[in-house]
Amino acid sequence: MGAWQSYRLRLQRKRWRIRAFRKRRELKREVDRTADIRPLDLLCFSTIRNEAVRLPYFLQYYRDMGINHFLIVDNDSTDGSADYLAAQPDVSVWSSKASYKRSRFGVDWLNWLQMRYAHGHWSLTVDPDEFLIYPFCDTRPLRALTDWLDASSIRSFSAMLLDMYPKGRLDEQPYQKGQDPIEIASWFDSGNYTISRNKRFGNLWIQGGPRARVFFPDQPAKAPALNKIPLVKWDRRYAYVSSTHMLLPRGLNQVYDEWGGEKASGVLLHAKFLDTFTAKAAEELSRKQHYSASVEYRAYAETMRDDPDLWCKWSEKYINWRQLEILGLMSKGNWA
Amino acid sequence: MSVGIVMLVHTALDRAEQAARHWSAGGCPVVIHVDANVPRKTYARFVAALSDVPTIVYSRRFRCEWGTWGIVAASQAGSELMLQTFDDVRHVYLASGACLPLRPVEELIEYLADRPRTDFIESATTADVPWTVGGLDEERFTMRFPFSWKRQRFLFDKFVALQRQVGLKRRIPKGLVPHMGSQWWCLTRQTLTAILQGPERREYDNYFRHVWIPDESYYQTLARQFSTNIESRSLTLSKFDFQGKPHIFYDDHLQLLRRSDCFVARKIWPHANRLYEAFLTDPAGAMKRTEPNPGKIDRIFAKAVERRTRGRPGLYMQSRFPNEDWENGVTAAPYSVFQGFTEIFENFEMWLGKATGSRVHGHLFSPDRVEYADGQTTLNGAIGDSAKARDYNANAFLTNLIWNTRGERQCFQFGPSDNQDVIWRMSKDPNAQISVISGAWSVPLFRSNMNFMDIRKEAARLQKIESEHLDVLRSPYAKARIRIWTMAEFIEAPMEPLQGILDEIGHTQMRRLSEVPKMVDLTGFGQFLQNLKNQGMHPYLMGDFPVALGPEPAQDRHRKPYLVR
Repeated sequence: MGAWQSYRLRLQRKRWRIRAFRKRRELKREVDRTADIRPLDLLCFSTIRNEAVRLPYFLQYYRDMGINHFLIVDNDSTDGSADYLAAQPDVSVWSSKASYKRSRFGVDWLNWLQMRYAHGHWSLTVDPDEFLIYPFCDTRPLRALTDWLDASSIRSFSAMLLDMYPKGRLDEQPYQKGQDPIEIASWFDSGNYTISRNKRFGNLWIQGGPRARVFFPDQPAKAPALNKIPLVKWDRRYAYVSSTHMLLPRGLNQVYDEWGGEKASGVLLHAKFLDTFTAKAAEELSRKQHYSASVEYRAYAETMRDDPDLWCKWSEKYINWRQLEILGLMSKGNWA
Repeated sequence: MSVGIVMLVHTALDRAEQAARHWSAGGCPVVIHVDANVPRKTYARFVAALSDVPTIVYSRRFRCEWGTWGIVAASQAGSELMLQTFDDVRHVYLASGACLPLRPVEELIEYLADRPRTDFIESATTADVPWTVGGLDEERFTMRFPFSWKRQRFLFDKFVALQRQVGLKRRIPKGLVPHMGSQWWCLTRQTLTAILQGPERREYDNYFRHVWIPDESYYQTLARQFSTNIESRSLTLSKFDFQGKPHIFYDDHLQLLRRSDCFVARKIWPHANRLYEAFLTDPAGAMKRTEPNPGKIDRIFAKAVERRTRGRPGLYMQSRFPNEDWENGVTAAPYSVFQGFTEIFENFEMWLGKATGSRVHGHLFSPDRVEYADGQTTLNGAIGDSAKARDYNANAFLTNLIWNTRGERQCFQFGPSDNQDVIWRMSKDPNAQISVISGAWSVPLFRSNMNFMDIRKEAARLQKIESEHLDVLRSPYAKARIRIWTMAEFIEAPMEPLQGILDEIGHTQMRRLSEVPKMVDLTGFGQFLQNLKNQGMHPYLMGDFPVALGPEPAQDRHRKPYLVR
């Protein structure tokens, strides 16, 4: 990469940071407990909208993993999510009634909060329907991983999005508050992912899974991106460029080995496809607040009318991280 | 009292305190060196916390940066203090704050009491052992390293390069043969005093002060000078990964560590509560009183390093995406590609499936849909049969398919009317077995009911594509097992090639080929080719067919297959 190209990326990174700085005005501080954050704490950042049903389990999951503080932007929820969050002792809440789309799907807001609060911390950026799985997550807390990453001078950790779905109709098993959603959406596609390299940002672009298979069989290029880099040792100079798919500076996107070896990586179990999905898809379709005029949700709505079964004969049932490792969806790398 | 512990501490002081208490409770005096980088207050608190233990003393503090002299200076000061203060110490054991005694201290004392003259220090000549990371082995001893590797990497690298270019070399002090090994040793009073009180200590110190990572070579080299009985291994179980940093032990390693029978392990994660609880409270005899046996741990860590450096062949995923030609295995398992066989034989797929027991697909890369075996619409790993999705990334489709079905051999048909995007990847793949009957694509045209001008056009197109494919297969970059016959050649004697292919696949029932696939009727095929020629389209890929008589498949069927037992 030439000096010119790297200078342009530098400008771009500054632009995103300035944009985040401007967008801070859209955030209203609801409950600020950030004074409790200690220097070594692990932080979790998230943007939510009407997730009251999911929040209890989400918070529990990441508390058990070892997250010390949650910083959450509530985008105009109407179901009491904000009040629930405000009552939690380890959560700081901001609210915004501004456009989700114009904040680049929450990225600007979170970039600002991270610039402000995450400097020097390991920072995990996830949606409330994403559950991080990393090597040895059943026996070692998240701090073991971040300590090891620190010792290995690794700044960012990749976790691909793995779409989970139930067997049968989506509304067959309603999701209860506090329940582990993977109990219902326990199936996934194990081996139909395609990867290409984004030369400019140096990240991988991964597509595939049930969404590509069922919703986009004839327009594979439109299938959503699954590559994610949710865990980063944050520095105030960093910025997420597009969702958590890629960051600047581009060195943070180098989460894969190019000479045949495997770097350590995890998986984000994506429990999107529950009984709540149909209502959500309908709402998002009218709000048009998602990527590329909600093209994804339009495809969902069209296909969902016939109420398809995402499950197929070759779907795999989720067991544990070792299974995902053997299937080649994640890797221990040299962590043993 | 015969073993003294010199402990180097820089972080996780609470764990160091626990370990120090454990050592002294077991009857070992302890000298602690705390890194000068630790704030004075923290240090004072640490000393105060241990003030109730009389056999713990503190040595002069040095600044310890990885790879520099400070660590050696610290261990020298600690050892000197140990030998002065505790007269009855016979062995000095160098440990760190992240070391955890796995076996009861009495067992270590006993073990060393049985070997009063033995120095346990891993020590190998640099010439013979390729341990080092980063390419500096011999040069550690002949160059100067004024810059910090951790903080001034750029200058460090540049200065090394400069010295290489100019050919600057330091003189190694007379009589010294550079040795290297684990920095965690256990030396006898005799050897240690010889090193620390020898007349040449000043000269040696001055020399090693500028050696790269002296803590891995100072004692290792000098012990060779003075020791009478070196056992070249470390009593501390400590494994290093490919970047030269130590592997860390966690709670889930408990059973593994128990079974290793090692005395001390490092490095322990400071928050590994179960490990500390288990090993610091183990009653005597919890582990077998045998020689340390870290074989299993060695294997696990060696595997981890291999996974990081070589990876799993044929896997493409979020954290392993090798550059082309650096894959270390393009695909995960052997597979077979057949071009022109279904055109010549009527029941080839069925016959092949029976003869080899492998999964036989149709044209996986056909333009309409993916023709999986048995008409399935999805395959292992939930790959669909949409041609568009496949063509979106045909190479990934192939590598995914082979990865998902590893353990079962895959065979599929290929041809010039299929998507040709994958031909380079296949021909460069040593796992691919590619068999081509060139020109066989003309048989379906011959048997079709198309207008002759359309046939001519289609034949010209297919011939061009196949000819390009053959060029790829014959290129010097091709690494697959490739066999190419012209059609004329093949139908002359079809059994030998078939037998050869099956032998290579290997899964054949050990009988000779009893059943032969049925060849299609080729009467008039020669004339068909001649007609094409007469139209100005010269079909050359199928070899020479006489105009008048077609081949006589009926005869071939009686021919016995050639077989080498």
